[in-house]
Parts: sequence; C-alpha cells; structure tokens
Amino acid sequence: MRKQKRGKQCRMLGDCKPGQRATIRCHHGKGAIRQRLLDLGFVPGAAIDMVRNAPLGDPIQCKVSGYNVTLRRSEADFIELEDEK
Amino acid sequence: MPNKEKLLVGLAGQQNAGKSTTFNMLTGANQHIANYPGVTVDKKSGTYTYQGVKVETVDLPGTYSLTSFSLEERVTRDFLITEKPDVIVNVLDASSLKRSLYFTFQVLEIGLPVAVALNMMDVATRNGVQIDIGRLQHRLGVDVIPTVGRKGKGKKELRDAILSTANRKEGKPLRISYEDLEPAIQKLEEKLQPTKLAAVYPIRWLSVKLVEGDSEAERIIIEELGASSPELEMARTIRREFEEDHYMPVADYMVSCRDRLASSIVDVCVKETKKDKTNISEKIDALVLNRFAAPIFLVATVFIIYQLSIVQGYELTQYWWPFLAKFRGFVAGILPDAGMLTDPYSRSMILWMVDSANALLNYIPIFLILFALIAILEDSGYMARIAFILDKMFYAFGLHGQSTLPFILGGVFAGGCAVPGVMATKGIPDERSRLATILTVPYMNCLAKIPFYTLLVNVFFVEYKSWVMLFLSTITIFVALLVARLLTVTVLKTKETAPFVMELPNYHPPTFFGVAQRAIERTWQYIKKVGTIVVAVSICVFTLLQFPGIGNEREQYYDTEINKAVTGFQKNIEKSSYAMQFQDDAAILDLVNLYTTYRAAKLNIKGAKASQALAQRYQKNHPDLFIFLKPKKDTGAKIINKAVRKLASKRKSLRRNIKEEQIEGSFLGSVGRSLEPVTQWAGFDWKINVAILSSFAARESSVATIGVLYQQGADENKSLEERMAAESTDGGFTPLHALAVMVFFALYPPCLATTIMIKVQTGSYKWMAFSVFFPTMLGFIVASIIFSGGKALDLSGIQMMGVFYIFVVALTVVTGFSSSRGRKLSVVN
Repeated sequence: MRKQKRGKQCRMLGDCKPGQRATIRCHHGKGAIRQRLLDLGFVPGAAIDMVRNAPLGDPIQCKVSGYNVTLRRSEADFIELEDEK
Repeated sequence: MPNKEKLLVGLAGQQNAGKSTTFNMLTGANQHIANYPGVTVDKKSGTYTYQGVKVETVDLPGTYSLTSFSLEERVTRDFLITEKPDVIVNVLDASSLKRSLYFTFQVLEIGLPVAVALNMMDVATRNGVQIDIGRLQHRLGVDVIPTVGRKGKGKKELRDAILSTANRKEGKPLRISYEDLEPAIQKLEEKLQPTKLAAVYPIRWLSVKLVEGDSEAERIIIEELGASSPELEMARTIRREFEEDHYMPVADYMVSCRDRLASSIVDVCVKETKKDKTNISEKIDALVLNRFAAPIFLVATVFIIYQLSIVQGYELTQYWWPFLAKFRGFVAGILPDAGMLTDPYSRSMILWMVDSANALLNYIPIFLILFALIAILEDSGYMARIAFILDKMFYAFGLHGQSTLPFILGGVFAGGCAVPGVMATKGIPDERSRLATILTVPYMNCLAKIPFYTLLVNVFFVEYKSWVMLFLSTITIFVALLVARLLTVTVLKTKETAPFVMELPNYHPPTFFGVAQRAIERTWQYIKKVGTIVVAVSICVFTLLQFPGIGNEREQYYDTEINKAVTGFQKNIEKSSYAMQFQDDAAILDLVNLYTTYRAAKLNIKGAKASQALAQRYQKNHPDLFIFLKPKKDTGAKIINKAVRKLASKRKSLRRNIKEEQIEGSFLGSVGRSLEPVTQWAGFDWKINVAILSSFAARESSVATIGVLYQQGADENKSLEERMAAESTDGGFTPLHALAVMVFFALYPPCLATTIMIKVQTGSYKWMAFSVFFPTMLGFIVASIIFSGGKALDLSGIQMMGVFYIFVVALTVVTGFSSSRGRKLSVVN
C-alpha cells in the first residue's frame, strides 16, 4: 500500500503521531471512501491535526477544519500528506 | 404576478443537520429524530397550507454529498433532478458551517431555486460561533433563514422564504468557480446546450459532473447520446490534459476549489468569539478517551445503565406487577367459573393469553429506564465515542463500532430485548457488519432468558450461583463474536463493506423531550410485540399443549376420583350444622373455588394489615360463605373448613395430574418425545424439549411450562426449585444436564418477534430462516459436546463449565488476534 512516488516513500496520515499537524496532499483511495473523506473535510491542501489513537490503537481521531472525525488506520493509509518542512 | 397555488418543496441537507426537526417544524408531523448518523432513509412527505398555498414537503435522505456513491445520494439527486421541486430548502448545521457549504454548493449547481435554513443556531451561539446572516445571504445569493428546529424558531420566516423563493423571477445565486478549469467547463457547456439533454438536465451541473468524472453523469451521456459521443470524449480530454499539466486528479482540484470558496465565505461571515468554549468537548474527550481512563468510563457507564435499569427497574416492577395481577383478576372474574376438574376452554385459553402477555409486560419499567438512558447516551454524543473505543475489537470479528448500541439494547449485561436491538442496526453503514450484527444480537441475554437461568442455577448450582451467572452473561458475548467472525468469512463474505469514517459530534446536553420521546417510542414497539405476535403464538402453543386431550377412559377415571372426594367431603360435614347448605355439587364447587382463590390471594400479600384487609373484602363480597374460610370459634363451620381444605387439595393434585397427562399426550409432547433419541446426546429429556419448543413463542413460557411439568409435590407447597431438584435426582438429571440446557438456551434461536424484526431489517425471508436454523444447530451441537463430552470425561457440571469457558475464551482471543494481524499484513502489502 505504501506507494512510491518520485522515488521516495511518502508520508501517510496513518504514520502521524498524536499532536502532529500536517497538510493533505492527495488521496490514494477511490470511489465511495474517497468521497466520504472529502465530504468530511479531508480535502487536498487542508491542514489536519492528529488528535489521538483509540485506546486499543485503532481507529484514530483527527481534527480537520474544526471537526473531530474518526477513521480506521486502514482508511488513514489512503491519505497522503505533504512532506515535513 | 401569478403565484402558484401548489408547491413542491424538497428538504435536503447533511446528516445531523436537523433536517427531520425542520421537517416536523414545517409540516407538524411527528417523526423520529436522533443524533446518530443515518436515521432518515425513507422518503417522508407532509403537507401544510400557508397563505392559501398548499405546500407539499418531501424530507429527503440525509447525505453528506450529492454524488452517486450511495443509495441515499442517488435517491436525493434523482428527486432533485427529475421531480424539479419548486424550491429546495437546504438545511445547514450552523455550528459546522464550512462543511455544510460543500453540500450547499452542490445544491446550487443543480440550478433550482434554493432557500437556506440555517439550523441549530442555538448550538452555534452556545459554541461561540457568530454568523453574519446578511453577508452570508449576499454571498450565497439566496434567502438564508436562521432557525432552531427543535424549538420551532424561524418557522414563519422559513415558510415566507419558501413562498418568495418560489415566486421570485430572477435571483443571482452564487456560481461556483472552478478557477483554471472554468474555460474548459464553459466550452463543454456550450457543446451540451444544443443537445436534447438541455431540456431535461441542468447543463452547468451536467458539465461540472462530467469533468469531475461522475459515473452517473457519464451514464446519462452514454444513454442519451451514445458511448462514442464527442461530448463525452471532450470531457475526458479536458480531464486528461488538466491532469498532465497540474499533476493532480481533476476531482481533487475541483474539491479544493469548493473548499477554498467555503473557507472564504466562512472567513467573512463567521466570527468565533469563544474559542475556549468549543474546547469543552475536547477537554472532556481528553479525559474520557484517554488510553487508561477510557475503559474505566466505559465500564462505569455500562454498570450505571445496568444498575439503574435492571436493578432499580426490577424494584419498580414490584409496584407495577399488582396492576397486571389486578388485570388478570379482573379478566378471571368475567370469564366462566372454573369447573371441578377441567375448566371451560374459554377460561383456560384466555387466562393463558393474559399470563403470557403479563409476563412480558412486567418488564415495562425496566425498558423505559433502559431506553431513556440509551437515548441520553446517543443524544449527548457519548455513543459515538463508545463506537470509537470499541471499533477495533468489533472489527477483528467482522463487526463495526456502531454494533455497540444493538448489543447493549439486546442485553450484553443480562437484560435487554433483541427486538429493539435488531432495529438499532439500521444506523450501521457497512452492510456486511450490519447483517453480522443482526444475526448475533439475539445471542445476547434478553430479559426473558433470565428466569429460566435463575431457576436452573438455583436448583443445580446453588454453591456457585454468581460464577454461573457470570459465565452465562459473558459466554454469550464471546460466542456472538465468534459467530460474527464465522459468518463474515463465510456466508456474508460477498456483502458490501463501507469505510469506518464517523464524526465525533461535540457533546451537548440531551433534551428531556427528545429522550422521553425515544424511550416511549421504543417501549411502545416492545408492547406492540407483546400485544400481537406473542399473544397469537401463545394461543398456538396452548392448542398444541391441550390437544388431543387425555381420552375418555382416563377422563372417567378422574371423574370417579373426584366424585369419591366429593362424597368424602359430604360425609365429613355430616355432623356440621351447615351440612344442608352443601347438598348439591354447584354449591360445593362455589365453596371450593372461593377457598382456592382466597388461598391464592393470601399467598400474594404480605403483612398482617394487608391480610386483614383481604379478609374484610372477602367478607363483604361473600357474606354467606366467608365463615367457612375463617371459622374462628364456630365448630360447625370449622368442620366445613377442614373438609373443604381436604377436598381442595385433592382436587388440585388431580388437576395437576390431568394436566401432566394432557401435555405428555399433546402434540407438542409427542414432538418432544420423538426428539428424545436425538436430544439425549445433549441430555435433554422430553420435558426439556417441550419447554424449549414452547419458548419459541416467547422465552418466558419456558419457565411456565417447566412449572407444569415438574409438579409432584406442589401440593405440599414446595417451590418449583425444590420440586425440580427432588424429581431430578430420581430421574438422574444432574448439573451437567442443567449446564447443557442452559448453554443451549443461551444460543437458542431468537423468539418469534425477533425473527420477524430480522425479516424487516434484512428484507429477506432467507435470513429470517437462517436466524432460526443456524442457532438451533449450533446450540444443539455445543450442548451435545458439553453433555456427552462431560460424561465421557466424567466431569461434573461446574468442572465442564470451566473447561468449556476456557476453550471459548481462548478461541476468541486467538481468532481476534489472528484476524487483526492478517489485516495488518494485507494493508502493508
């Protein structure tokens, strides 16, 4: 699933640690799941805060454009982030 | 200007924006409202008349978007495009304006007249979100009406806006600009304008959707213009060229255009005054969702629910039961009197019906409390957190975080009902998990299973009472998880799944009316079940237990026996001064009946005061006969009293014998007997078989049936527990037998009412049949393994229970662990 792009590993939302902030670059998912994420504000260019992991480690809670959204790691791994500066 | 007399209005909006409350506010219809996503699925409509105009309002499914990925989205879109309502009322959640605007943009793009209802203004204000309505109206180019649907605020203004929007000739609604793509989209529009599509579809919308690559839009073009139409080719070229230039998917670009536009609107129209107030939810979450504290809060919540509803609710049933008992007494009073040996069918059947219904209605206080607490959990926003905490565990077994609510309703901790549990699966977006949840909720311990457990535990596991109860209330969860896993990798494998993406709404205090309404509604569903299905089935079971009857020969035998007893009675009272009163049979029967009801009434009351009141009541109602119930110093009456006591006792034991013979020879009895060769492997004799068969109507009947079947010694006023124990030791019924029966009962198929709800929720008789046969097979196989295995290994009931428990827990842990590891690997690859 980790996609190679421009010759290096890219950073996915699932790799983020609680408290980190990042920017969404693009979606690797297709169809319904992509649309669902877009509807909830996971829009390319949007800033995203990784809030916490669930007590069992999965799913994760993020804050995007002011809303708290929870998604499974398997879904978070569809969201590619901008590289850290 | 010529105003329309009839309007069609479509109410569209995202989930949780308060569309249903707005709908209620406009039309005055009563409807279900919840905080959990996915409540409105059906098309609901209502009509109101305002200023002489009849307005038909359609409540469309709540969707986040107007794409074509889900059924709800397609339903909404088709309605807006084909029915072309005069006005679309877009309901927005003012407290999350930005995300709501994505939807508004898609509605505006369709090009129909739009009015915006900016709902939940109170929540927004409370969260410190100030919205400049004038500016928003100006930016969107449509009427924006602030409303609070729950409190009916803004009703008149919204109705006004609907009328004026419908009659407005020209408006200038906001046009969403797609920046770099704009020239290309406009070219496509020009190309589509002359085609026949322009008469049916909004061209701007169609062009935008084509460029975006929407499957539904492509389907329209292919159907109307053909697969090789130049328009379709043009859209594809636009997309390809853009992606080559910009290194990003067109759809992503278009989404970010909308996002930028929404941000710019929010920037000028919204002022957040109390940033810290919005953070209250986050502060609560920091505590409640903390890795270490979360399990504590979760367990505490479930414990409080259990304590308040099951424990306290049970206390309340003590006050509630007398009403039901009075009702039974009332019915019994109207019906024909009991005969000496057998009662008229009209009496026995109706009383049987009343008893079956009463057994279930007794739980009403418990359900009211339970459902009110669950409504509080839902409305406050904590239910979504429970789904968040438990999703991983559920997911490992093919279920979903949102399976939590159905399982709690079904009775995770001893006490619930599968009917509302199965109903609550409606909100689960993932079809595979939803079916798995529906098929496993009945394994939970519903309230009706408890009396049967209690009975067997009190007879066979007195020393280990609490251990066995713990075993029973947890084993069902493990088995449900294992079954869910088994089903999702086999029969449900091909079902559609959906991603788990869910909003965690901000906490807000539930309203009294919201909670009360939901609690009453769900309890009412339960009462309806009792009133219809259970009563109907109880008649069937009654018939199956009564017929074909005991036969003439035996009837004559019993007649002689009772005649002997009556003669004995007459002989005994010869010396009494009242002997003349009891010459004919009718007088004797009256006395015996009165004596029996008085004794029964006395058993049901406690304390000297109540007993005195009872005596006074009987004295008043039966002035001639009361003296024989309480003879005091009247020697003549004393003789009668003694004789009638003897006669009543003889009659009781004869009646019981008749009943037992009747059941043994009945249709259900013969089925129970014919199953014995098979069920012996699980240790069930025919009596248990009959109890199990009759419990399909409603689980409560099992205890009643067992009560009739184990009746020797009832005359000495022994409790059912003692009778069962005595008879069982004679018949070789051991704790191991009891264990097998209890486990079977735990896994036994849902009651009839639940299977009907399963039919409703799955929409197929196939699943309904499956929900009956699979648990029967599973329960029987497991019970056989326990019984035959325990016998072969020479283990006692409690030892076998331990072995079985360890096995199931280990299997659950291994299954859960292996499936989550397997998934991780598949994600990495």
